[in-house]
Amino acid sequence: MSAESTTLLDKPRAVITGRPVVPGVAEGEALVTRDTISGWGGVNPMTGTVIESRHELKGQSFAGKVLVFPGAKGSSGWSGIFHMAKLRGMSPVAMVFNIMTTKAALGAVVMRTPTVTDCDQDPLDIIRTGDWVRVDGDAGTITVWDKKPD
Amino acid sequence: MVKLTDAEQAMLEGDSGAATQKAMELLIRYADALGAERFVETNNVAGVPGSAPQWIKDYYKEDGGDYRAVFSRFDLDSDEVVDVPRMNAFSCHLQGGMDPMLWQEQGMTEAAHDNFVADEASVADHGIQILKTCTPYLAGNVPVMGEHCAWMESSAVVFANSVIGARTNCEGRESTSAAMLAKRIPDFGFHRDDYRKGHHGVDVRVPVDSIFEWGMLGYFVGDAVQDTIPVITGNVSDASLIRHKHFGAAAASSGGVEMYHMVGITPEAPSVEHAFGGPARGDIFIYDEAARKRIYETLNSVGNSEDVDYVMLGCPHYSIEQIAQAAALIEGRKVHENSALWVFTSRAVKATADANGYTRILRDAGAYLMTDTCSAISQAVPKGTKVAALDSAKQVHYLPAMMGIEGWYGTTAECIDAACTGKWKGKLA
Repeated sequence: MSAESTTLLDKPRAVITGRPVVPGVAEGEALVTRDTISGWGGVNPMTGTVIESRHELKGQSFAGKVLVFPGAKGSSGWSGIFHMAKLRGMSPVAMVFNIMTTKAALGAVVMRTPTVTDCDQDPLDIIRTGDWVRVDGDAGTITVWDKKPD
Repeated sequence: MVKLTDAEQAMLEGDSGAATQKAMELLIRYADALGAERFVETNNVAGVPGSAPQWIKDYYKEDGGDYRAVFSRFDLDSDEVVDVPRMNAFSCHLQGGMDPMLWQEQGMTEAAHDNFVADEASVADHGIQILKTCTPYLAGNVPVMGEHCAWMESSAVVFANSVIGARTNCEGRESTSAAMLAKRIPDFGFHRDDYRKGHHGVDVRVPVDSIFEWGMLGYFVGDAVQDTIPVITGNVSDASLIRHKHFGAAAASSGGVEMYHMVGITPEAPSVEHAFGGPARGDIFIYDEAARKRIYETLNSVGNSEDVDYVMLGCPHYSIEQIAQAAALIEGRKVHENSALWVFTSRAVKATADANGYTRILRDAGAYLMTDTCSAISQAVPKGTKVAALDSAKQVHYLPAMMGIEGWYGTTAECIDAACTGKWKGKLA
């Protein structure tokens, strides 16, 4: 591979700006869904796997991923379930969501995962599952690459 | 950044003790995450403070693995373990993990029961009321209109906001535990007047006049409006506590509805204009015969086998009116040998059911009246359950997915028939 193409690959495909929810910086592979996520009853905290019937991520785990989703729904057990997933080492490394709710905010706070919301571009249009994403919860920026930069 | 009053600043500096200080620290992180500018005071908090399965206690074993460790580390998300005093706010414990008497029938181990007993003693020692129900408003905690609360339990939250006009967000375990100490919760969302106005309309064009129909409409509404506030007009009638209870629980499950307006029915919706805070806005979702049929099919899409081996009633926890109805439906009949019937309620309501003889009628039929929990919360179903029948849209949303079983949704009468025959014969009239 030439130096030129390496540089090209290292260049982020997009930079999104939003509002910090939880401070810190983390990066990882994106897991993107257009379905809202239930915590209690929608996720198995022991594995970080989505279990909700008819959910597009059913059977997939967000453990170690950057979870990009519209927002939280369902039971008030949302933060508790994601908090348990954190204890099991099965939480996302970072989160990006569109709709602010008490469930998603509290879950992000107690997992202490860098999180950004209120973005200037819709992250669901820009980020694809498998992209490499860095979430900067201090600056409120989300940087997106096609693959992990060298 | 959230602004603190002098009293809140003093709590943050430790004037009210280390636990309240940690509670304020968490509430400030939470308020900043939400973008809230201030706190509201609350003296009505309902959560699940400090209760934990053994594996969470084991996780904190270096900190002693006890109530104090779990409350500090998990509930307050504190980096250090602090002494936890009696709670400062009027505080209630919502549903728990097992029936205090029938835990063996639920398949719980002796060790899990010991853990349950120890947690409950700690909860009581901390001045938290042992309501042990998802329906605190049926067990001694009925807020009033405009009261700022910090409640967990999505079905109770939607009831408090919509039917009573109290003000609470759908709080979580950690925020409610912190609020029990600090008597504060971020001034966000449903605490604010402007947030409580409708976003979308729902036009009901088929008669919705029974608890079965109210539940299906709720499931439709949640799916349609997701986590926004619907304004429902049209052919909804015969409002009652149990119909609102089922409707709200269903809407909170299929979407994330935390408040709804029914024009002419709920207290903040005397008119369409009032409910929207101005002219109607958003989309209008039509609930007609086709939509009703589609919802019924969705709720029954995880049912295949007609051999029902378990019937669960009481999601949300049954009121005394519903227990009386179930007892009347089953009196003189027997639960089929291939099936089982568990009915769930609160301890407060069960005391009335005992006095009225309903508990005995259910037991004589081979059914159990249980308290504290439900099959989804405790993940307890009769051994070998493959196919459940349920009269709750919320429960059919959750239980089959959680337990890997099939599920049917129908009327209470269809469910009791299934329990007594072992066969599902429900259909949409």
